[in-house]
Parts: sequence; structure tokens; C-alpha cells
Amino acid sequence: MKSLRLLSLVILATMLASAACAPAPVAYEDKIGVLKIKSGEPIVIAYWFVVAGPDASLGTDTKRGIEIAIDDKGGKLLGFPVKLIGEDSACNAEGGVAAATKLAANPAIVALVGSNCSSEARPGVPIITKAGMVTVSPSNTAPFLTDPNRGPDYAGYLRTAHNDKVQGAVAADFAYKQLKVTKAATIHDGSPYAEALQAVFAETFKKLGGTITSQEAVAPTDTDMRPVLTKIAAGKPEFLYYPIFIAAGGHVTRQAAQVAGMEKVILMGADGMFSPDFYKAAGDAAVGMYHSSPDFSAFAAGYKDFLDKHQKKYGEKPLAPFHAHAYDATMMIFAAIEKVAKKGPDGTLYIGRQALRDALFATKDFKGLTGNLTCNPYGDCADPRIAIYQTTADNVKKLVMPETPFWKPY
Amino acid sequence: MLRRVLERLSLTDIFMWLTGGAVVAVIVVGSAATLSMGKYSGRHWFDFIIFGLAQGSIYGLIALGYTMVYGILRMINFAHSEVFMSGPFTACYVAMALSQSGFLESQPILSLAIIFMVAMAVSTVIAVLLERIAYRPLRAAPRLVPLITAIGASFFLQYTFRGLYGSGFQAYPDIRMLQGAWLLGPLRVLKIQAVVILAAALLMAGLYLFVQRTRIGKAIRAVSEDKEIAALMGIDVDGMIVRTFVIGGMSAGAAGVLYALMYRQVHFFMGFIPGIKAFTAAVLGGIGNIPGAMLGGVFLGLFESLGPNLFLDGLGVPSPNQLKDAIAFIMLVLVLIFRPTGILGERLAEKKA
Repeated sequence: MKSLRLLSLVILATMLASAACAPAPVAYEDKIGVLKIKSGEPIVIAYWFVVAGPDASLGTDTKRGIEIAIDDKGGKLLGFPVKLIGEDSACNAEGGVAAATKLAANPAIVALVGSNCSSEARPGVPIITKAGMVTVSPSNTAPFLTDPNRGPDYAGYLRTAHNDKVQGAVAADFAYKQLKVTKAATIHDGSPYAEALQAVFAETFKKLGGTITSQEAVAPTDTDMRPVLTKIAAGKPEFLYYPIFIAAGGHVTRQAAQVAGMEKVILMGADGMFSPDFYKAAGDAAVGMYHSSPDFSAFAAGYKDFLDKHQKKYGEKPLAPFHAHAYDATMMIFAAIEKVAKKGPDGTLYIGRQALRDALFATKDFKGLTGNLTCNPYGDCADPRIAIYQTTADNVKKLVMPETPFWKPY
Repeated sequence: MLRRVLERLSLTDIFMWLTGGAVVAVIVVGSAATLSMGKYSGRHWFDFIIFGLAQGSIYGLIALGYTMVYGILRMINFAHSEVFMSGPFTACYVAMALSQSGFLESQPILSLAIIFMVAMAVSTVIAVLLERIAYRPLRAAPRLVPLITAIGASFFLQYTFRGLYGSGFQAYPDIRMLQGAWLLGPLRVLKIQAVVILAAALLMAGLYLFVQRTRIGKAIRAVSEDKEIAALMGIDVDGMIVRTFVIGGMSAGAAGVLYALMYRQVHFFMGFIPGIKAFTAAVLGGIGNIPGAMLGGVFLGLFESLGPNLFLDGLGVPSPNQLKDAIAFIMLVLVLIFRPTGILGERLAEKKA
């Protein structure tokens, strides 16, 4: 018995000694942690998008942006294959938490692209930040996500989408100065995206000299919008701004035509429902209405190439406005990985998580499809160009988005 | 008499009554304030009522399925919302095909009949399969078992249909006959809503007569009174239960098409919210009671439509319409405080609940 214990001590001592003699990983230190990818293993990128349900077109569109970015890199980065995984984030807070929790538990993920809806990002990003990861959103536009007071919980968050401080102001400017309306109403769906966007719109509109007759809210799952529209009609607005999502937005558009007093009101939505799916939901009622959305005509020359690849790969035109932003987000991540990753002597790739974050935040004058991206210290990277689009009967009939802007502020 | 009442009074009762009183006070004060504001004219109120009736009659039709199954099996069939979804989701493809071929345009009534028949058939098949596969083997099991099975079946059906028809939504085509509005003097009623209200009322009346006047209806009622005695009397209990599911499936399928014609969008998750609302309506009306389900549905629809604008607008609550679900459920609590068995639910409660 005694000899056995002695033997185990000796074995332990040898093990300790051999561990001490192993090559020290000093070169790959990082404040949060170092990710090791053995040669032959993939670099894992994850998305958290809304890929199911009535708002799925937004998620599918952005997911395709990532896939084309990976294709453009030949599916490889620094000699390692790139693998894309992902979770559905359902365009609500619960879905965001579920997706973020699941992805944060996977230590193989290098970086994430997402989320789609600001409501998912608000509770989801802190989980990802805590796990030491970093996420770049192609379509969150709510201002608070990149607010200077956003706090350390959001330290792992950047976005290539525009800030709605820009979009809301452009919409108000268009309504007041171009359409010359003075009385407007708004609807939001309680999501941080819609709430903030309509607030910016209302604030700007009032500052310009207009009146807001009412600011209403619905639930994203509501189907019967007639009562709320009747209430709005009682205030006699000339213009209705409802920057919500496809399902509820479709109901509002269809039912506005049916409510007494709303027939002549000019309708305007935002980028959250700028999608062929929206035309399916709203039908002919969408003809003549306006949307604020990123200006595709101002995108870089490479965008045409992108569209060709998209058509070839998926056999259709993009489904929502944020595919190019997703492409840029992915390319930004790839560039940052290339900058900070170090190869060990045995071919293992070491990526410092803090270093990756720093590299992303240091992105400067990055030539993307959506413009020249420069990230500020709070994660806003976009080169925001917002234009106004008008829907024609042809758009609705063929389920394609209008291609040329109706008006742009610059 | 007074002493006995005082003795029975517990702290919980007092709390409940106070809560109820407070809610009623808010409603009265809010309504008075709104009406004195004069923001809405009589035409607006009429519109609110029609919107509420249309929505409520659909809730009522779905609630029928909940209430009849509860009456006969004493279980909540939580998969009923998927029975509601399956019919119109399937019929949507038929409707799109009819629309593309131009048949919908030339023969709108025949097309609508086809759409309704397809939807009702699919919903009925799903309901019957549900009973046969998920519930019948568990009939002798403790009460909680079929309840959990129902929830499982609900998920199974949702994701089966997601697999079949995709995760996105589909939209019903426009039916010109149902567009526009009828004018009744100064009042204006949307055609689609009038059709929904009338169709639901007809279906309800027919169903009520079926259950009250026919032999099968009598047998169903007998089974819901007492299964063993009914079996002794020579009634085919399983057969009656299947028939109950058939009726529930048919009314859910019809309700689904009416819902889809009104709102156009159908997707695999569309049954969830109306299902919950209809279940609420069934409880509100007194679960197990057929006229109660209809009444509960209409009540709920009216409160959802009128409630936010009547009760809360006058109190200065900002954007009250997002609180319509809260109002609907507070109404449920209120009714249950004063009538724990629901509006029409007393007959059943004493015997079996």
C-alpha cells in the first residue's frame, strides 16, 4: 500500500515537472481569454437572426449577406475553413436571450453577427459581452445600443447599420418639407427599435413646426388594428409614420384603408418592413406609401457584383434592406481576425478575445459595400445614407422592392 | 343572517372584492372622462362595437372547441389552437391556386365554399387524429397527463406545419366581393366584418340546435353528464367523443378561414394568440357551456376593441391600445371575482369541477 502511494507521488511529480517544461503560452495572453483553433478545425462564426416566423425575411436576408461574404473569401480565412452556425432570435427579447445564451455557451465561436431586431440586442448583448465574445449587428438601429452611456455590458457590441437618430430625422424632414404635411401620428409596437424611431421622428417633426396628433402603440402580435386606427383618425392627422415590422405593419396598412377618416392619410413605414414580404402582407393597400431605408443607389460599386452573386446563389433578389450591412459586418470581422490572429509553431491559431474586440473598434475607413466604415468608441460603424422610397403598383404585383429612391436628403 | 355572512368572510374575499371594486371604479371614472371629452362621435363608437363583434365572434367559434371538449372530457385541449391554424393555412394554398387560375374572380362564392370546405376538412382531420392518437390512449390516466400531452401535441403540430409550409407567412388573395363597405344610413359596415359576424352567428345557432335538438346532440350531452351511465344506456361513448372533436374541428376550421379573410396573413404560429384568447373566452362564459363560449367571445372582443379607448383614453393613459390584452384579462379576473364559474357556468360547476 505504502509503495503504491509513493509511486503515485512520483507520477504526480513527473507530471508537474513536464507541465512546467512545456512551451509557455506567454505570447498569446489576452485580458479576456485566448481562443485556440487547432489546424484543420474551422473558424466558427455565428449569427443570431430572426429566421422563422412572419419577420423571417429580415433574418434570411442578412444570413445570405454573411454566406456571400464567406464565399468571397473562398470559405477560408488564414488557411482555416470558416463555419457558419446560428440561432433563431425571433425578433423579441425572449428570443434574443435564448439565442444569445445558447451561442455564448459555445466556446468555439470566434465572433457573432447579429442581432436583427433591437429588442433582441438589448437583453442579448450583455450575455454575449459577458462570455467574452463580440457581435456586430447588421440591422439593429435603436439609438441606445451605441449610446455613450450604454455601459460596459455592451462593450462587445458594434453595428454596421445606421443609427435611428439619422433615419427618424430624415423621415420627419421628408414629411414636413417635401410632403408639406403639418399634422402627423405615429404607431410603435413597444420594441426598442420602433419606439425610439418614432420618438426621433416626432421630436424632429415638432421641432420643424409640425403637430403630432397622437403617438399610439400596438403589440407586435396584434391583428386587429382597426380600433387603434379609429382612435388615430379621431385626431385627424395627414400623415402616419409606423416604423414597425412586417406582420403588424401589413395589418396596419391594409386596415388603414378600411377605417373611416384614414383613407386619405399618407402612410410611411421604415426599414423594418421594407421587404417583398411586406407587399405580400399588405397587398394593394401598400401602393403609394413611403418607406425610409438605406440608400442602395449610394452603395459602393461592388454592390452590383454582390447582387449578381445573390441572384446566382439564391435565384432571387434580396429580401430586406440589410444584406449588404451583414456582408460588411462579416468582412469587418474577417479583417479583424486576420489582424490579431497568431499562428503557433504547430499550426494552431490563437485569437485573443479582447484583441479582436479592440481591432473591431479600431476599424477605420473600411471600404465596405454600404460605404466607408469607421467605428466610434461606442460601436457605431455605419456610413449612414437614408433615402425615401415610394411603392408602385408594379412593386406590389411583382413583389420587388423599389430600386431608385424617391427622395434623398443629400 | 348578517353574522353568518361575517363569519364566512375571509381576508381573501375582502381583498378580492376591493380589487374588483377598484377596477370597476377605474372603468366608470375612465368611461365618464372619455365620454365628456367628446373626442369620439357616435359613429366612432359604432365602429368600435362592430370591430369588437367581428373579432369576438371568431373568438367565440374557437372557444366552442375548448368548451365542448372540456364539457365531455374535463380536459383543456391546448392543441385546439393548432386545429385552428391547420385548416386556413392549408386552404391558403388552395385560395392562391384559385386566385391564379382566375376562378376566384369569376366564381367567388363557389371558390369561398371550396376554401371553407378544405379548411374545415383539414381541421377536422387534425382534431380527430389528435383525439385518437394523443388523448384516447390516456383516457384513464390522471387529469394532468392529457393536459401535458395536449401541450406536446400543440408543439408537434406547430412544427409539423412549419416543416410542411415553411416558417414564413402566406397571405390570402383579395376577394373583390368581400372588399369595401355597406352603408346603413350614416353608418358604415365593412363587408368582411358583416360576413364574419353573420357567418359566426349562423354557425353558432346551428350548432346550438344540433346539440339541443338532435339525437346525437342528446347523446353528447348524456356523455358529458356521466360517461359510465351513458355507456350503460347503450351510447357509444368513444363515438360521441369523436363527434365532439369533429364539431370542434369544423368550427375551428371555419373560424380560421373567417380570421384569415379578415386579416389575410397565415403562418404556423397564428393559432397561439387567438387560441389563448378563445380559451379565456370559454372560461369567461363558463367553461363547458356552449352559449357561454359565444357570449364570452363577444364579451372579450368588445372589451378589446372598446376597452382601451373607452376606459383608458379619458384617464390620459398614453397609447392605451397596447394594453388591450391586459384589459381583456382584467375583465376575466373581474368576472371570476364576482362569478367564479363564469357568466353562464353555474350548472356544471356544482357537479363536476
